[in-house]
Amino acid sequence: MSTNATEPQLDELNSGQIKRQLGRALRRQKLRALLLIAPLLIFIIVGFINPIASMLLRSVENNIVQETLPRTIEALHDWDSDSDELPPEETFTALAADLQIAIENRSALTFARRMNFEIAGFTTMIRRVQREVRGWDVEADGPFREQMIDMHRGWGEVQTWRAIEAYSSPYTIGYYLAAVDMTMVNGEIESMPDNQSLHIMLFWRTIWMSGLICFLTLLLGYPIAYLLANIKERHANLLLILVLLPFWTSLLVRTSAWKVLLQEQGVINQVLVAIGLVADDARLELINNKLGVIIAMTHILLPFMILPLYSVMKTIPPSYVRAAKSLGANDWTAFWRVYFPQSVPGIGAGAILVFILAVGYYITPELVGGPSGMFISNRIAHQWNVSGNWGLVGALGTIMLLAVLVLYWLYDRIVGIDNVKLG
Amino acid sequence: MALPSYASPLQRGWYYGFRVLCGLIFVFLMFPILVIVPLSFNAQDFFTFTPEMLALNPEGYSLKHFYDFFTNPDWQHAMRNSLSIAPMATLVSVSLGTLAAIGLSQSHVPFRRAIMAVLISPMIVPLIISAAGMYFFFSAIGLQGTYWGVVLAHAILGIPFVIITVTATLVGFDRSLTRASASLGAGPMRTFFKVQMPLILPGVISGGLFAFITSFDEVVIVIFVGSAGQRTLPWQMFIGLREQISPTILAVATLMVGLSILLLTMLELLRRRNERLRGMSPT
Amino acid sequence: MKLKTVLMGAAGAMALGAGATSAQDMADEMTIVSWGGAYQASQVNAYHEPYAEETGVNIITDESSADAVARMRAMYEADNVTWDLVDVVAADAMRLCDEGLAMPIDHDEVLADAPDGTPASEDFGDTIVSECYIPQIAFSTTFGYRTDMVPEGVDPPSGACDVFDLETYPGRRALERRPIGNMEWALICDGVPTEEVYDMLETEEGLERAFAMLDTIKDETVWWTAGAETPQLLADGEVFMGSTYNGRLFAAIEEQDQPIGMAWGHQMLDLDGWIVPADLPEDRLARVMDYLYFATDTQRLADQAAYISYGPARESSAPLVGDHAELGIPMGPHMPTNPENSEDAFLFNYTWWADYRDELDARFQAWLTQ
Repeated sequence: MSTNATEPQLDELNSGQIKRQLGRALRRQKLRALLLIAPLLIFIIVGFINPIASMLLRSVENNIVQETLPRTIEALHDWDSDSDELPPEETFTALAADLQIAIENRSALTFARRMNFEIAGFTTMIRRVQREVRGWDVEADGPFREQMIDMHRGWGEVQTWRAIEAYSSPYTIGYYLAAVDMTMVNGEIESMPDNQSLHIMLFWRTIWMSGLICFLTLLLGYPIAYLLANIKERHANLLLILVLLPFWTSLLVRTSAWKVLLQEQGVINQVLVAIGLVADDARLELINNKLGVIIAMTHILLPFMILPLYSVMKTIPPSYVRAAKSLGANDWTAFWRVYFPQSVPGIGAGAILVFILAVGYYITPELVGGPSGMFISNRIAHQWNVSGNWGLVGALGTIMLLAVLVLYWLYDRIVGIDNVKLG
Repeated sequence: MALPSYASPLQRGWYYGFRVLCGLIFVFLMFPILVIVPLSFNAQDFFTFTPEMLALNPEGYSLKHFYDFFTNPDWQHAMRNSLSIAPMATLVSVSLGTLAAIGLSQSHVPFRRAIMAVLISPMIVPLIISAAGMYFFFSAIGLQGTYWGVVLAHAILGIPFVIITVTATLVGFDRSLTRASASLGAGPMRTFFKVQMPLILPGVISGGLFAFITSFDEVVIVIFVGSAGQRTLPWQMFIGLREQISPTILAVATLMVGLSILLLTMLELLRRRNERLRGMSPT
Repeated sequence: MKLKTVLMGAAGAMALGAGATSAQDMADEMTIVSWGGAYQASQVNAYHEPYAEETGVNIITDESSADAVARMRAMYEADNVTWDLVDVVAADAMRLCDEGLAMPIDHDEVLADAPDGTPASEDFGDTIVSECYIPQIAFSTTFGYRTDMVPEGVDPPSGACDVFDLETYPGRRALERRPIGNMEWALICDGVPTEEVYDMLETEEGLERAFAMLDTIKDETVWWTAGAETPQLLADGEVFMGSTYNGRLFAAIEEQDQPIGMAWGHQMLDLDGWIVPADLPEDRLARVMDYLYFATDTQRLADQAAYISYGPARESSAPLVGDHAELGIPMGPHMPTNPENSEDAFLFNYTWWADYRDELDARFQAWLTQ
């Protein structure tokens, strides 16, 4: 760069040239910065943002119904889904033809599985007709309506056909409806029966438990951060190790430690029984429930509250509190009116961080929670591992991600991403 | 916050009460670690302190769970995997992350805030969502179930930490030093390696330590992106915890606590060095 | 998808012909998926280790059998199958086969004959419940209890129904976190005759009745997902009584000397066996077929029974079942099929569950979480 430009040279140039040169230098600087950032940015966008986006796209994709039953869907166009009558024989003939091809390709059950997410029992309906349909001659063996209804009563229910029609388009909001315990199997959006709805409850549980955990970390973290910020730095650095060591210890190590500690025959109950606080046959149930999750997660997330609080409190000049006291405020007023308001940014930073992390927790609820301590992440994993319902995984994931992104945005507003501190 | 001599009994009580309270919270923080470390030396296959252990009888203690760990092929396989995945993932996130952090700390970066938000996002997005998304993507490009698949996935997770620590170091970096170097005739490469790099090295290393521990501790992503051949220590622990809680897990946990202490010590030394370099004495 | 499935079948058929004969071009590594714990250990002892010794193949074991169906669906959706051989229960094998994710097997072509020359398909007989299935063993899901936690003056539990009797047998229970088994026991123990259970479960009243019965112990129950959890929970004294596979309980009682007793009543019999993922590359398929021929012959199936108390699926293996490999105790009395144990056993209806699994799963999980 031309820092060695001298006066005479400057005289020879008119202001336009300087502007141009400065502009060029600035552009070059910007370009260099971007070039340095580009490899990582591309890596993250391709390897992280893109997979998540395409995962989330699965929550609206619904090609399979149309691909498997093209003739049936065509035939269903002429049927009035509001009427309480079954579709005519032609629709059943079209279905038989479609199913024959699908069975041949072994895609019939993949399709059935898709519909089974909407009407439980659809897999059974396909299985029941599978063997017969394969042997049919579509031209000659009709009429099929009665035969199919005989094999499974589901084919004789108007609801089945309404559902096929409702889910026949290549895109669907069906997974999102399922993610908030609703369904449109009857062609209209309605709530799912209570014995099948759990997502709203799980979302709510995830939120209130994360909120509670967040509050508990604040309750426990504030005194520690205050202590660290108000003692000699030499001592603070030593005590800080007690915060940093758990922070640096593997999540799994800490979770397994809690699992061992909280068991009915575990160390905590052992101690309580030994000192006579709890009778041997009335040991506390500390694990496989909400309590276990709250204890373990409060512990695991506590450092994430203490560290931001501490870094803010370190910057609060002690002279303010002294000034307040010398003006006649008692200890409590000086703290509450002078010190506390200045620590609020730290509380905001810590609370949002802890809440964001808590909402996404999977391992700890999985290992110490049992069914009643399950979070929404565990439901997502279950949908993945047991049901293989990727559409619903995408829909639940999108809702969760949106919530987290709002908090992330808030965090950026309040704290600034650049100001995140680690240790 | 020393206690003044004129403090009232109430203030006195509060002063000590507060310290006791903080002491209890510190105990809570350290409690799980303090309990599992001795338990891992249990001579029995139990997860509670046996009477022999409480009596500090040497016979109550043994190294057999550690012996198990070092002789069991499953655990050894897992340890080898962890030790080969984590350093490579660290290398990838540190090299790309450091470059980007230097870029981000230039004075004029367009869309800086947005870029920063994207680069930090792997830390924020719930792991289960990242894992599910990465599963299909890494399968599509043929990296699912491979060493490099897990390395890249872990590198992505480690990047926010590198960005955060290195940009933090660069905030205090005196730009006039690079200008001085340039005016003395050094090229940009020479300036980078001779002037900038030594100064930001502590930040780079501590970012690397974070990236390393992130990969070394990670379990959700590796279950999705890896296959049985890439089973790492945390994965093996996770299986063990869901299936058979053998006391070997406590031995592994103790070893991992040891590793954390080691990394933490390195970090602390770096921090001191960094403060010395910048002329801020750590008093 | 359609084209893919057609190709899958063709490639499978081609590779099958090649696989049984040529020994070259076989993959030197294979991933075998099973259930973990004592069961997987018995497979490692009886099959993997001898096979690896003979061929030098590196066998990687995975413990994902419980999630095998969904995991395989995801693998085929992503077009990236990393498993070579998967151990599943009969109902899962039927589902995977129907969906085209498991490869149809010509049993007589792929598997060894019995020593007397009986073709494999006859030797396995009725246990071949699906064209994709290579059965290994018959096992049962049954109950174990802590002998030292039985209240004084009370007979120890004798079967599944005691799990619902909180008054006589207080304490926590362990049940599997899925509907299979639990629904049947709930109805049977509520007085429904065993042969009517599945008809009953097809009706809403039947389901409600089953859930009502399970509701009575829900608060006292720990829900497990891996077969090794119950023995562990029993050993730690975390639960009084719990369901798991009989072989796991055998291992805990006989090998680890835990104070656990068996409650065989109303045990649920089922089959376990191999399926081969459809559409494997030729070299991997050849390796799998070679392994299968090795690991499913009459002697080796009987060998497995020396490590865990499951009954071999081949008729010709039954007479070869002897003593436990290390303890030297006779295995016969510990088999689920032993007449003393199987008085009121019921056969798990895999066909019915293949049909209703998805439907009941959703309902069961919702019930569980509430």
